[in-house]
Amino acid sequence: MELLWDGYIEPLVWIVAKILAIVVPLLVAVAYLTYAERKVIGAIQLRKGPNVVGPFGLLQPLADGLKLFLKETIIPTSANKGVFIIAPMLTFILAIIAWAVIPFDEGMVLADLNVGILYLFAISSLGVYGIVMAGWASNSKYAFLGALRSGAQMVSYEISIGLIIISVLLTTGSLNLSDIVRGQIGGVWEWNFVYHFPMFIVFIVSILAETNRAPFDLPEAEAELVSGYNVDYSAMTFALFFLGEYANMILMSGLCAVLFLGGWTAPLPFLDFIPGAIWFILKICFVLFIFLWVRATFPRYRYDQLMRLGWKIFLPLSFAWVMLVATFLVVFDKVPA
Amino acid sequence: MSFIDRTARSFLLAELVSGMALTLKYMFKPKVTLNYPYEKGPLSPRFRGEHALRRYPNGEERCIACKLCEAICPAQAITIEVEPRDDGSRRTTRYDIDMTKCIYCGFCEEACPVDAIVEGPNFEFATENREELLYDKDKLLENGERWEAELAARLEADAPYR
Repeated sequence: MELLWDGYIEPLVWIVAKILAIVVPLLVAVAYLTYAERKVIGAIQLRKGPNVVGPFGLLQPLADGLKLFLKETIIPTSANKGVFIIAPMLTFILAIIAWAVIPFDEGMVLADLNVGILYLFAISSLGVYGIVMAGWASNSKYAFLGALRSGAQMVSYEISIGLIIISVLLTTGSLNLSDIVRGQIGGVWEWNFVYHFPMFIVFIVSILAETNRAPFDLPEAEAELVSGYNVDYSAMTFALFFLGEYANMILMSGLCAVLFLGGWTAPLPFLDFIPGAIWFILKICFVLFIFLWVRATFPRYRYDQLMRLGWKIFLPLSFAWVMLVATFLVVFDKVPA
Repeated sequence: MSFIDRTARSFLLAELVSGMALTLKYMFKPKVTLNYPYEKGPLSPRFRGEHALRRYPNGEERCIACKLCEAICPAQAITIEVEPRDDGSRRTTRYDIDMTKCIYCGFCEEACPVDAIVEGPNFEFATENREELLYDKDKLLENGERWEAELAARLEADAPYR
């Protein structure tokens, strides 16, 4: 009995508590990201954004969630029912489980994998399955075209993201996300974006494409595809797609913060007294603001332009950067141990 | 030289950055939103909203049942029936406007020789069912009583241009 409690039940309770401590704030963050998006885009377009439900419209995301929750889930007769239901769940779950390896502060990480970045990369690549399954299972041409676009887009941009990650890893010498952050301790001039600035920009653009956000939101281009892969979804199934997309945005912002913006470290050494988790959240918010800012500024790319950018510009550029970094490290004998 | 210039600009994302700077600048400008149910935009005295039948200050109906409005109505939304009243004056026994047919052209108002039928400033008269939009004489007279102050002010403001 003693063994059962100490060996299995207690660790299990702890893990579940830790998971909840990550997932619940994450879901709240997702809800308020939709609110922030509407407020920021509204402000840029000289509008006020939601301001009726609650003070400053702060209860708007709850009202939206409640509305979607109470609606009827409609499953088209020609849809493949099982896959149709699984697809949004898959998108949502994949967006959530990737958070296991994100370090919020020194030691504040659920699973301190020594191949954390590989895990993260693998999970974010799997994200496209949810969309492809949704597009196929809906049995509708718009959804199908949206899913095809999404698949092609994610494959194209994942390659340059992979190469960018490699060039960061070369300078850090570790696949562990916490170690990557530890390599950037010491202030803003130690952060990777200083040394890898061109790749930082390419990375930001690539994560926009990876999360299907404007100006690369071709999978749901409402002008030609109605709303792409999620046309046939309603109520909670739609809400799960939405939550998954926004959770993915936050995840990618977190990854960007870890790789380039020094994770939990303070920008100036004397600001160390502020907890690292707060710095990390602020950095995520900064990257998320860029997401919204870009969405409010640029028109959607055409599909061939998207492919040209991915394959003819980003791929050679990031590949050249990997070569450059590797050459530099070898020639000046700075390869990290 | 122009090739270098162009290449440098495109690699430094000059156009994207200037676009984003512009949107960032706009983000801090004052908002132009009108908080609609609480704030409303200005209306011209000629604004053609919900109809009303007016009365003279002594309480007598203005309408003399000449049927000019019925005749001019391009949508044929107005129906009038007439009978002489006990004191011998011409009055309507029925004055209906089908608000679902009305195109709010304002011809009825212009045709009226005694300023009886007018289109008022009210544009918030949505109803929950269709039947409520079939206005009868009682409803129109009631509108006239409710909006009379504003209707008179509007007619006076617009009079110099008529």
